[in-house]
Amino acid sequence: MAGAANYQKYKSDGSRLGDLTEWVDARFPLTSTWRAHLSEYYAPKNFNFWYYFGSLAFLVLVLQLVTGIFLTMHYKPDASLNSAGVPVAFAAVEYIMRDVPWGWLIRYLHSTGASAFFIAVYLHMFRALLYGSYRKPRELIWIFGVFIYLCLMAEAFAGYLLPWGQMSYWGAQVIINLFSAIPLIGPELTVWIRGDYVVGDATLNRMFSFHVVAIPLVLIGIVAVHVAALHEVGSNNPDGIEIKKKKDERGIPLDGIPFHPYYTVKDIFGVMVFLIFFSIIVFFAPELGGYFLEFNNFIPADPLVTPQHIAPVWYFTPFYSILRANTVNFFWVDAKLWGVIFMGLGVMAFFFLPWLDRSPVKSIRYRGPLYKGALAIFVVAFLILGYLGMLPPTPGRTIVAQVCTVLYFLFFLLMPIYSRLDRCTPEPERVRWK
Amino acid sequence: MSIDEELDCGRRRLLVATAAAGGVATVATVVPFVASMAPSERAKAAGAPVEVDIGKLGPGQMMVAEWRGKPVWIVHRTPEMIAGLRRIEDRVADPESRRDMQPKYAKNPHRSIKPEFLVVVGICTHLGCSPTEKLKPGAESGVEADWPGGFLCPCHGSTFDLAGRVYKNKPAPDNLEVPPHMYLSDSRIVIGSDKKAV
Repeated sequence: MAGAANYQKYKSDGSRLGDLTEWVDARFPLTSTWRAHLSEYYAPKNFNFWYYFGSLAFLVLVLQLVTGIFLTMHYKPDASLNSAGVPVAFAAVEYIMRDVPWGWLIRYLHSTGASAFFIAVYLHMFRALLYGSYRKPRELIWIFGVFIYLCLMAEAFAGYLLPWGQMSYWGAQVIINLFSAIPLIGPELTVWIRGDYVVGDATLNRMFSFHVVAIPLVLIGIVAVHVAALHEVGSNNPDGIEIKKKKDERGIPLDGIPFHPYYTVKDIFGVMVFLIFFSIIVFFAPELGGYFLEFNNFIPADPLVTPQHIAPVWYFTPFYSILRANTVNFFWVDAKLWGVIFMGLGVMAFFFLPWLDRSPVKSIRYRGPLYKGALAIFVVAFLILGYLGMLPPTPGRTIVAQVCTVLYFLFFLLMPIYSRLDRCTPEPERVRWK
Repeated sequence: MSIDEELDCGRRRLLVATAAAGGVATVATVVPFVASMAPSERAKAAGAPVEVDIGKLGPGQMMVAEWRGKPVWIVHRTPEMIAGLRRIEDRVADPESRRDMQPKYAKNPHRSIKPEFLVVVGICTHLGCSPTEKLKPGAESGVEADWPGGFLCPCHGSTFDLAGRVYKNKPAPDNLEVPPHMYLSDSRIVIGSDKKAV
């Protein structure tokens, strides 16, 4: 929408507020920005439940930025031991929890926010899979979105090291060592990433820098281009048809309604419901049984002892399972490198989705049984991988993880075939209410 | 410039040369930032050798020393444990220590200077977890029923025998690393230096 319309500058109605708006508008694109992105940004009128999660992800981003700023006022990224023999960073988190006024609340908001961010983003991505939101002309929105997801993973990983607990330490040890599998430069690369021969003070300090400065800056930038690309082509909808094909005489889509006030009000309702669930977790179960805050992380980092069972936080476990599922050396490449390659491909595969999908329709409403079945299998495989990633490995579980890894990749690899063969039903001319 | 105007090749060359010089300067500017992330001089200096007293380590016992921030295991193997190493040679990936994971003086069937004392870095060669000791034979959690004793990595299930040799078809690609070490006397060893290796 932006760029298409050349909005007129605001003309004062003679009131004091009107005069001020006219003064600003002559110097800054205030009215035109408001109109292009809110009051005259036309979104399809048939958005449903699945369309809450974009705005919720944005809300959580703001929540993480604000709580993060306040946590940084009290936290110290220092791995040296204090007079009590506890690492300073670990002690700083305990200090925030026990001595800083309301520190416990700010920290629980931040730690719960991390999981909430991934919940919102996973559901937001699932929505795209349901309604073909990644399809032409929204490929760039999707690609920017996958970059947001990558950034979020890096941000979560760096942030997880900061409490300097056992899980922080050994999780970082494992993830950074993934790079050692890269031939030739691997071992040197890991030393460069850590800044030391083992995970230590240098590693903690740089992860702090990445977590609070570098990655948030990049993240905000990509979110901006994600939304800019969205507002250029307009939102998809549960019917997967273009509302811009049918416009009235003023050039406004017949099935479009202004984002503000219609969807701002809808999203505020979503925010209310979200905050109810979010608050329940923050106030009554901030650890969520070890899923949001792992129990082993309440023990200070000990470089000499790996916990009996280490697992990443739940949002990484599907990819962790894929990593562990590779146990066989073949093609002269050892299992360790295969694991890293497949884990990387597991995330990268999402980038190619817009070109893998050859279906004549976008929305699952008009797709046939093949895509519905494939998507169901994919989701189940993803969930099983996620569940297995939290458990210690056994031979039986490894076989299940291997089967699910194969199913996970087949969803992408076979998509050009099954999406074309599928028996789709014709899309409607106009969006429908369901 | 309109299309029918003639291209000024001299100016175009100057433009390309300027852009190239600017590019080189930009890349050169990146170097100090990238280099600043490498280990500092202090970190490089911190890897001094450590001396360990193994006099009180009884047969079948294990102790952990810290060297360069890593755990180093010292296991006092019993004669049965040493004899057991031969029997499982077909179950481990690199029984003869062909891959370069030990100093020359530890490239032998027991991967140590003295057969009874194993000295290895207790860091899994897969992704750097520290494996758990499962020295006693027999079935334990996550280990086969005919387990002859060794180490199990809790992270990804790799198993190692009592010489730090990795079992076949496990995620870890290599045997555990034997650090440079030497005996000062029968009961004292130095880890991190082998200048006077016995």
